[in-house]
Amino acid sequence: MNSYLIKGARILGGEPSDFLVRGGAIAMGETDANAEVIDATGLIALPGLVDLHTHLREPGREDAETVLTGTQAAAMGGFTAVHAMANTDPVADTAGVVEQVWRLGREGGYCDVYPVGAVTVRLAGQQLAELGAMADSAARVRVFSDDGHCVSDAVLMRRALEYVKAFDGVVAQHAQEPRLTEGAQMNEGELSGRLGLAGWPAVAEEAVIARDCLLAAHVGSRLHVCHVSTAGSVELIRQAKASGWNVTAEVTPHHLLLTDELAASYDPVFKVNPPLRTPADTEALRAGLADGTIDAVATDHAPHPFEDKDCEWAAAAFGMLGLETALSVVQQTMVDPGLLTWADVADRMSYAPARIGRVADHGRPLEDGAPANVVLYDPSVRRVVEAGESVSLSRNTPYAGMELPGRVVATFLHGRSTVLDGKLA
Amino acid sequence: MKKHLLSAADLTRDDAELVLRTAEELRSLADRPIKKLPALRGRTVVNLFFEDSTRTRISFEAAAKRLSADVINFSAKGSSLSKGESLKDTALTLEAMGCDAVVIRHGASGAPHRLANSGWVRASVVNAGDGTHEHPTQALLDSFTLYRHLGKSHLGPGNGGGLDGRRIAIVGDVLHSRVARSNALLLHTLGAEVTLVAPPTLFPVGVESWPVETSYDLDGVLPKADAVMMLRVQRERMNGGFFPTAREYSRRYGLDGRRMATLQDHTIVMHPGPMVRGMEITADVADSDRSVIVEQVTNGVAVRMAVLYLLLGGSEPFETPRPSAPQEPPAISSDAEGADA
Amino acid sequence: MPAPATTATSAGAPDPGADRTVLDASDISRALSRISHEILERNKGADDVVLLGIPSRGVPLAERIAERIAAVEGATVPCGALDVTMYRDDLRLKPARTLLPTEIPEGGIDDKVVVLVDDVLFSGRTIRAALDALNDLGRPRAVQLAVLVDRGHRELPIRADFVGKNLPTSLVQRVRVQLTGVDDQDAVVIEGAVG
Repeated sequence: MNSYLIKGARILGGEPSDFLVRGGAIAMGETDANAEVIDATGLIALPGLVDLHTHLREPGREDAETVLTGTQAAAMGGFTAVHAMANTDPVADTAGVVEQVWRLGREGGYCDVYPVGAVTVRLAGQQLAELGAMADSAARVRVFSDDGHCVSDAVLMRRALEYVKAFDGVVAQHAQEPRLTEGAQMNEGELSGRLGLAGWPAVAEEAVIARDCLLAAHVGSRLHVCHVSTAGSVELIRQAKASGWNVTAEVTPHHLLLTDELAASYDPVFKVNPPLRTPADTEALRAGLADGTIDAVATDHAPHPFEDKDCEWAAAAFGMLGLETALSVVQQTMVDPGLLTWADVADRMSYAPARIGRVADHGRPLEDGAPANVVLYDPSVRRVVEAGESVSLSRNTPYAGMELPGRVVATFLHGRSTVLDGKLA
Repeated sequence: MKKHLLSAADLTRDDAELVLRTAEELRSLADRPIKKLPALRGRTVVNLFFEDSTRTRISFEAAAKRLSADVINFSAKGSSLSKGESLKDTALTLEAMGCDAVVIRHGASGAPHRLANSGWVRASVVNAGDGTHEHPTQALLDSFTLYRHLGKSHLGPGNGGGLDGRRIAIVGDVLHSRVARSNALLLHTLGAEVTLVAPPTLFPVGVESWPVETSYDLDGVLPKADAVMMLRVQRERMNGGFFPTAREYSRRYGLDGRRMATLQDHTIVMHPGPMVRGMEITADVADSDRSVIVEQVTNGVAVRMAVLYLLLGGSEPFETPRPSAPQEPPAISSDAEGADA
Repeated sequence: MPAPATTATSAGAPDPGADRTVLDASDISRALSRISHEILERNKGADDVVLLGIPSRGVPLAERIAERIAAVEGATVPCGALDVTMYRDDLRLKPARTLLPTEIPEGGIDDKVVVLVDDVLFSGRTIRAALDALNDLGRPRAVQLAVLVDRGHRELPIRADFVGKNLPTSLVQRVRVQLTGVDDQDAVVIEGAVG
């Protein structure tokens, strides 16, 4: 295995320093004559990013993404660990499927893949999946989610929250009251009325979050709220945390940056679940992420083949790409305006998600002896996003044509480079 | 005018009045021995209907044929929403055949926008009703009908202002009505005062930002109205729980003989059709002297002729001076969500 | 017929390239009176004559002719308007044009003598369009053409039956007819006249 001598990197945005990546670990202040020298002058060094919410689509939709291409996209975005959502075909609701996904990740070698297990069989919301078998499998599943579907049955949700306590698991809820969102297409508001698109009220998300916080408190378990998108949701989670309940939450980069006005183009690249909300919601999400109410940024990277977006809005699939642009969007929305420091970014995009997902080898401070999961990031450049440049199999990035700051220069996974000089290694 | 007619919001007051004046000239065609003009000879107009709507389709078909255009009717019902490519593939087929205008009716809101802006076709796109979004030619024909009955001045060149201050009540299922959306926008553009009347469950969220008044009380609105436009209420809305029963709806929001008696003498009654007699309107009202429902159909052909002529008659659509830069969908740029946010 | 370069105009030195008035109000009035008499002469009275002006300025001309015929004959001649926009052969060459009124007098044009009235006869294409338009409106017994000015340069085999004034022009010049009601004054002006 190569050694790398990183020279002049600003760890968490601090003073320039040198460190050695050797044998899968970080050695501070050491040198090695055989090491490949990487001039990291002006670059920020962060612990490898951890995504709690990625759709890798394999097995089942290998036309949209595979574990290999998805983890390559993750590496390009500075991620060293991703949680692969369970809504594959077959659904990741058995030990067999989660082990397959986990193994595909290891074989690819671009990113550690932590499969998320389905809460209910076939995501149908009827019967608990074999959560224990998945937890005990080689994939060591700790995060369970029916993402894409809400565990809307209160009893089922209660049982799931209780059951995962046996192996320190967490239920990651896709908070969407199904009856309030039948046929929903976009955020419910003035614009949905004008565009004639069925509205998706904020209350449909908030009602489920409120219920689940109460349930988690009642049974003394751990709840994680996926892709929080409304100001009201932020406030509910703030109250739950103030009450001392074990509730965590994530926000996606696109909900930090984009708003519902984009739907006026009827371009389905902006169609996503939960929908893009109002500028006031965006503001509240940024504030919530800044003050720690929202623990983590998670991409909800959702690749879709071209034809599923090249159609009328109502017929299009929900979701957008996110892995390769996540850090840039966080810089633009949080760091540049002074809401987060780079040390805070390390927390929201690495430490916190690793802690929530119970991932041992990731989300550790960059210090002597720590696993060498590192990203080097240049915050000084600006680039115009080109959909065609993505290493994902899909092209549904909402940022195409937008100028965003920053660029991932290098990513190291367990001491090996997965990205060097901004290209896949 | 813009190249496409996708929304009533695309029309400035000048645009709209030009369409209405042109329609006024074209309406007399119906009385002539040869109901045909050569303006669109050699042009091809495709009626692309993903939803059944015989009356709208034949209205556009008659309009195009009276202007000597070749008309291709493409009924694609049942092949749309389940499989996403079908709109695109259909569009590419039409493009390959060489058409000059696509008149599209589609169940998905925004489908005409996609057709116009996706680069699939070069033709002008005319929205003939999309989902619960808009139906701009219906609004134009309604305005045309209103001008003929309520206009204070004849629609001569430069004679605007016919509907300024006129009170128009639009009654019924505003939430699901593309007719209501387009009419609210266009009538406001033309200076009329619009009041939408519906039970609270059938108003869209955010209606308070529309340029209209709203009311839950039909009886309070009717005596002041110069025209009453009744919207169709589909019985299946009952299953959605929007109102308790059809009978209760009719009692509170239906237009019957008793309510008609409270109207001013000059007030007209309109309905975009098809009517559900006994639900939102009773037979004695629909067939009364106040009813202009049949005339709306006649006017529909003239208005659609005007739209097709102004979009296709020349080398490019009629140039109306535009007050300001065209309103494009908000672009995302790094500036819009900049570092100061 | 005086050549344009020698036609006397109002006082002042003729400015090369300037506008030049070739008919003033009284010239126009006399020309219309003569045309009115010629129409009556040709058709042995006003029976069955229908005047159709081509918008915009052919319409007031047709009305003035109708007034003169009424004054001479004591009979009302039906007078209307015939818009030819949709029949033009250059419709596709320019952005869509606004339509002008078509008003066919009561009684129609079947078996009538339709006199088309226009201000300037130039290429003949407008009259060609008008003949097509008439064809869709009925079957006149005869169609005649009255114009205030014939400026030459025909591109089609069309000639006027009644001409107010023959006005040889060059192709670069423009002939502008002004009529009170539409304009401030009655006049026929050549724009871009060579001095």
